[in-house]
Formats: sequence, C-alpha cells, structure tokens
Amino acid sequence: MDLEYGPQYDNFRAEVINFVKENENTKLTGPARSESRVAWQQKLIDHGYFARSIPKEYGGYGGDMDIIKLRIIAEEFAKSPIPKPAGGQGIQMLVPTLLSLGTEEQKQKYIKPTLRGEILWCQGYSEPNSGSDLASLQTKAELDGDEWVINGQKIWTSTAHLSQMCFILVRTEPDAPKHQGISYLLMPMDAEGIDRRPIKQMTGDSDFNELFLTDVRIPAENIVGKRGEGWKVANATLGHERGSLADPNVTQNRLNSLIDLMKSETIDGQRVIDKPIFRDRLLSIQGRLMAQQSNALRILSSQINEDQDANLSKSIVKLQGTELRHELEGLAIDAMGELGTLYEDSPHLRDEGAWQMTYMYFLGLIIGGGTNQIQKNIISERALGMPKEPKIQGA
Amino acid sequence: MYFGLSEEQKSLEENIQRFLSDNASLDIIKAVANGDEDKAKEVHKGIIELGLSGLIVPEEYGGLELNMLFATVVSAALGSGTAPVPFAGSYIMSPMAINLAGNAEQKNNWLPKIAGGEVQVGVGISEYVGAREDAGIEFTNGKVSGRSLFVIDGKGADAYILANKSGELYLIDSNNSGIEVVELTTVDKTRTSIELILNDVDAEFLEGSKDKAIIEKVLDAGRLMLAADTVGAAQVMLDKSVAYSLERKQFGRLIGSFQAVKHMCAEMAADLEPCHSMIWHAAHCQDNVPEEARLMACQTKAHISEVGKQVSKTATEVHGGMGFTDELGLHYWFKRIGLNRQLLGSPELVREEAGKLQGFDQ
Ligand SMILES: Cc1cc2nc3c(=O)[nH]c(=O)nc-3n(C[C@H](O)[C@H](O)[C@H](O)COP(=O)(O)OP(=O)(O)OC[C@H]3O[C@@H](n4cnc5c(N)ncnc54)[C@H](O)[C@@H]3O)c2cc1C
Ligand SMILES: Cc1cc2nc3c(=O)[nH]c(=O)nc-3n(C[C@H](O)[C@H](O)[C@H](O)COP(=O)(O)OP(=O)(O)OC[C@H]3O[C@@H](n4cnc5c(N)ncnc54)[C@H](O)[C@@H]3O)c2cc1C
Repeated sequence: MDLEYGPQYDNFRAEVINFVKENENTKLTGPARSESRVAWQQKLIDHGYFARSIPKEYGGYGGDMDIIKLRIIAEEFAKSPIPKPAGGQGIQMLVPTLLSLGTEEQKQKYIKPTLRGEILWCQGYSEPNSGSDLASLQTKAELDGDEWVINGQKIWTSTAHLSQMCFILVRTEPDAPKHQGISYLLMPMDAEGIDRRPIKQMTGDSDFNELFLTDVRIPAENIVGKRGEGWKVANATLGHERGSLADPNVTQNRLNSLIDLMKSETIDGQRVIDKPIFRDRLLSIQGRLMAQQSNALRILSSQINEDQDANLSKSIVKLQGTELRHELEGLAIDAMGELGTLYEDSPHLRDEGAWQMTYMYFLGLIIGGGTNQIQKNIISERALGMPKEPKIQGA
Repeated sequence: MYFGLSEEQKSLEENIQRFLSDNASLDIIKAVANGDEDKAKEVHKGIIELGLSGLIVPEEYGGLELNMLFATVVSAALGSGTAPVPFAGSYIMSPMAINLAGNAEQKNNWLPKIAGGEVQVGVGISEYVGAREDAGIEFTNGKVSGRSLFVIDGKGADAYILANKSGELYLIDSNNSGIEVVELTTVDKTRTSIELILNDVDAEFLEGSKDKAIIEKVLDAGRLMLAADTVGAAQVMLDKSVAYSLERKQFGRLIGSFQAVKHMCAEMAADLEPCHSMIWHAAHCQDNVPEEARLMACQTKAHISEVGKQVSKTATEVHGGMGFTDELGLHYWFKRIGLNRQLLGSPELVREEAGKLQGFDQ
C-alpha cells in the first residue's frame, strides 16, 4: 500500500499549481464554440493539461500516458474555480474510438477540432424500440455509389441541438445476426433530411432530442471500422461513458454543499444538522461515499499497476455512483422540506433550484448510459459468472 | 502509487485461510458452537503457531511488529472462516493498549507473553463507547469496582484491560480476588463473551491512558478488526450464494439463471466490493494518515456493518429453506456479522461520533 505519488511528481504538481493560480480568474464567455472557449481549450492543450497523451499530429499535447500526472491535474483543477477542460460525448467517446479504430484521414479531420471544442458531437444510438436492447436497432443505411443513405429514427439524442456531428449506429447488413449487422457512421448534423425535434424532460429543460432521418446522404468513407463491426466499435468506448457518469470526487463536492445547507437551514430555529435523524442520514451517505472513494483509488491503482485486477470494482461504479448521488440530492430536498420543492424563479428558492434539478437529472442518469437493471445483469454475468439472460424465441 | 495488498499480505491471508479450511472445518465450528472447548483450544493454538498473537507486538518484545493493514488482513481471513478464536481484543487491542500506555515494567511483563501466546488479555471498553444498564467501573486508591459488559476475548483470560467512562485504562490480573465472571451467551457461538463484576479488585493504571488519544486509537483498531471480520465473512456468504445458485435447480433451471437471484447477487457484490478497498484505506490511514484516521475508522465500522447486515440477509435468502437450517451452517456467518455490528458501537452510535469528529454539533 502506497498512496504517495512519489517525489518525482513534486515539480510537476508545482507547475500545475502555478498555472492554476495564474489562470484561476479566467472567465469564459459566449456559447459553446465561442472564440474564448476555443482559445481556452487550446491553451490547456498547449500546456499539456488537456488531451495530454493524444499525439501532436492530431491536435493533442503529445505527452506520455502518465495516469498520475492526469490525476494531479484533475486534483489541482478541482480545488480552484478555474474553468475546467470541456467534456461531452465527442471528447469522451468519439475521440478514443477514432484513436483506436479510425482511419488516418478520420483522425486528421476530426480529432483536433473536437479537442478544441470547435466540433461538438452527439451520440445517435437509442431508438424508440431499441433502448436497453440496443443491438436490435432498426435505423438503416444503404450504400448508394459513394454515399450512405440513412433512414430511420433516433431518440434521446442528448445535445443534438448543439452538435455539428453525430456518431450513429445503423443497420447496414439486414440479413446478418443482430450484433453483426450494425455499422458505426459519422453523420454531419447539417446534412439534408435530418428533422430534429427537442424532447422536453421532467426537469423542464430540453437537453435531448428525437432525430427523424429521411434519405440522409453522407460520404461512404464516414464509417469507423468495417461494415457490420459497429457493435464492436461502439462497445470499445461505452465503458468510458459509464465510468464518467458518477465521479465520487464530484459527489464529494456536493456532499460538502449539503453539509453547509444542513447547517444553514433551520426548523423551529434549530439547525437541520442538529436533528439526529437528518444528521444520521447525512452520515450514512458520507459513509457510502467514502467506500466509493476507496473503490476509485483501487481503480486508479489498477490503471497504474498493470498486474492489478479491478474488474468488479469498475463494473459497479455506474450503479453505485448514480444511486448515491440521487439520494444525496434527495436528502437536501428533505432537509429543506416544503422549501425544497421550490423551482424555477420562485421566491425563497435555494441555490437556484439546483437540488431539485440534480435530483431529477440523476434519475435520468440511473436510466441513461445503460439502466441500472442492465448494470446488475452485467455485474452478475461478467463479474460473478452467472448465466446470461435466456434468449426468447423470435425476439 | 499502489493501492492494494502486497504479496506478503496476500500470502498471509492465504496461509490463514488454508489453515482454517484444514483445521476449522464446518464440523469443527459446529462442535465448538455446541460446547466442545478442546476443539476451540486446538484452533487457538494453531493461530498462535502462525504468529498471530504477536502480530502487532514490537519486535523488541518478541512480536512481528506489523501494522494495522496486516491486522485487518488477518481479521478478514478469520472472519471468512468464522474462526472460533480470540483475536481483536486479545491480540490487537490489548497489546496496543499496553504498548502505547503501559510503563516499561508493564510492557516487559505482558508483551512478550502476549506475543508468545502464553497469556490472553481481554478488553472491556463497551462502557466508554456507550454504557448499557448503567454499567461501568470506578478506580480509587489502586482498586477497581463496578461492572463491565461484553469484555472482548475475556473468557479464560489471564488479565483484563478495562476503561472507565473517561477512557482511562486499567490492567487487572484475573487471579486477583473480588472478580466475578459471568458468561454471556450471544447468538455468535464462534466467539465468547463475558461480563465482569468487580468488587475492590487490585488494578494497575496504564499511565499513558491519561491521554485520551490512547483509548481512541485502541477503539479505532478494535472497530477496524470487527469491520474487517465482517468483510471477510460477508464475502464468503456472497461466494457461497453464487456457487449455490449455480448448483440448485428449480423450474428446470439453475436458480442462478433467474434475474431476481442474479440481481440479489449483483447488489451484494456492488455493496461489498468497495468495502474491501475501504477497510484497506482505513487501515492505511491508521498507519500513515493520523488526521483522517478517526473519521475513517468510524465510518468504516458503520458502513461495513450496514453492508454486512444486508449481505447476510440476502445471501441467506438465495439459499432458500436451506439457508435457514443449522445443517448448512450459513447462520454462523450471519451471526458473526450480527455480533460485529453491535460490538464497540452500533452504526448509529458510531455515526454520531463521526458527526462530532467533524464538528457537526458546533
Ligand atoms: C438523460 C438521458 C440521456 C440520454 N442520452 C442519450 C444519448 O445521448 N444518446 C443515446 O443514444 N441515448 C441516450 N439516452 C437513452 C438511454 O441510453 C436509454 O434510455 C436507456 O438505454 C434505456 O432504454 P429505454 O429508455 O428504451 O428503456 P427500456 O429499455 O425500454 O427499459 C425500460 C425498463 O425495462 C428495464 N429493462 C429492459 N431490459 C431489461 C433486461 N434485459 N433486464 C432487466 N430489466 C430490463 C429497464 O431497466 C427499464 O427499467 C439517454 C437517456 C437519458 C435518460
Ligand atoms: C421457516 C420455514 C418453514 C417452512 N415450513 C414448511 C412447511 O411447513 N411445509 C412445507 O412443505 N414447506 C415448508 N417450508 C419450505 C418453504 O416453502 C420453501 O423453503 C420455499 O418454498 C423455498 O423453496 P426452497 O427452500 O427449495 O428454495 P429454492 O426454491 O431453491 O429457492 C432458492 C432461491 O431461489 C429463488 N428462486 C427460486 N425459483 C425462482 C424463480 N422462479 N424466480 C425467482 N427466484 C427464484 C428463491 O426466491 C430463493 O431465493 C418452510 C421453510 C421455512 C424457511
């Protein structure tokens, strides 16, 4: 057991601290893709604080893959109000996919502007009849000369209204078994034939959309991997999404805010935190979070020490993390009682309504990215070696 | 950076598990539970030969001088085998108390004998944590009077270490006059429990325990041992559940193919897996990060007690009617986890302490 990163990292940490201090008052203005945001992304790349291990020729920093350095960057950025590097489906999912399976042209064309925040991506996987059973998807693409012609419908496509590109799963081999008939395409969102309709969510926001695709034509070369290999291509990066949905370090920040809230809210003049049952619920959540933080250290360690196996530790992160976060936000609402139900721009609103918003948002994440029931199937089958779900005839 | 057990720690764990599967099979556990004290003594002798009695005793007193992480590894291994032996009190808490708070003479008198397995010292600090039935001890003019409940590893002990309400520790030779030992029967028959009733009994003060940090350290260590024991026991219950579900058929199918059973197992695994990391982390903090050690120990004891309760219930259910039988013996693990949960503070009590540690009451 050794939780020290080692003195060889002291200089590096000092550099990061220095950068964070010098830049902590940076304010980004304008919407996504604005000049100031792109310039900030580029500055982070130039210093190696973002896209660190991505090769220079694709717009990254070109550094070695050093997990500890990445961790130090994340730790120091987390301590400060400095703007964080941009995230999103393009950076988290598309870039790693292209790096491992894309053609040279695709890498050249897409990675750099994606890292710089000039191209935003959405994920076109789910369909009305294919959610958990994603591999049953029916949106089809046919090759016509040097173009794919796409027809069908996608749903729950987050950020489609902000995106320039969509990585989309389509059926290209209708006669193959369902997992072998899918291809992974890169679809420009300004192509003819895309009808996008926003879907309003329970939160009141409209972060996701329906996409109706009618004879959408895209170049034949916009395929990642071979025809019929799309399922493998998509699965190569699903793990990235699940791991990132419930980072315990973010949950720690929320717990700190919850403690502050419970110290400031009162009932009959008594602080909520002084009420034993509320306090006990708070402490139970803290205990669960501490267990998840220890689990995260084990995962981190397994990335640094290749002989270490953390398969089971990884497979539970999405399930445990999203459930805990939902409960944490829910405790804040209980702590506020009726005040906890205030929303939008109501008088007496606390923290701009963030607790209700996040409480609901995390219910969305319990469902999105593979529902938590599907997570339990995965844990029992892949980590515990229990039998797979039986195949139903005709399904 | 390496977060996990070393090769040395893993092999210690395997050695103990192998020893227990060879020498403390379910038949032996059952015999001990039904009152066969000789069998318990044999297993006890065996763990002394493995060196466990001297685990944390400093080398100068003949021990191995290993740290808390090693101690939790041992405790988890003992829990996994529901080992019918004294450990947390006699070989962790008491040598720690004597080493940290005793004077040179007390250390010389006791530590080499503890390490060598010649003596067993029980630990009674329940009243410091939270006195039931108004029990408790008072020390005046070199004599102790009062009552201490649930003295850990106290049965057959050669001496006891007891705490008064302010956490000062006293060492009492069990041969002194004025001591009445009342055996307590808990659900967990793999370990023993006693009550001590003391009437003007000669006692030695462990001077160093004027500093409250001593009892806190001893308490943290005890709690981590109990939590580790629970993790070890709960892991076995999960493993047994998965194995049983892959043998037992109903409706023409393995019950492990029913999603309800799969999800029960997945939930157990999801709750339990982080507990391994948590206990290592908490032990590491005891050894190396004093500012986080106390909170970590409290929260680890509380959280693992909750997970243990859930796992022990669910695992029993997966076994159907068999889970409820004495024959299968799953209940020894269930009850072990049940006792660990209450000793040295139930989760509610320990969380209250965790709240105070963070100044929530200010
Ligand atoms: C906030 C949010 C954002 C999203 N963003 C995107 C996006 O950007 N791109 C995208 O492609 N998709 C996105 N999704 C879609 C998401 O991936 C799906 O909602 C999810 O996979 C579930 O599919 P479904 O909604 O069709 O539910 P269904 O699959 O119909 O599930 C309904 C219920 O049945 C259960 N169930 C289904 N199959 C099984 C089984 N085999 N065993 C046990 N229980 C089962 C489920 O757990 C669930 O409780 C998003 C969803 C949400 C909520
Ligand atoms: C206290 C007690 C008293 C009893 N008294 C009597 C009595 O007087 N007379 C009598 O005849 N019987 C009695 N029983 C037996 C009792 O009815 C059975 O134990 C019970 O029906 C479960 O069967 P099983 O033990 O074979 O477990 P199993 O059927 O083997 O079940 C094992 C596990 O698999 C799960 N499982 C099994 N099938 C499915 C499925 N299709 N879907 C999802 N999960 C499944 C179960 O829920 C359980 O978790 C008693 C049992 C107990 C514990």
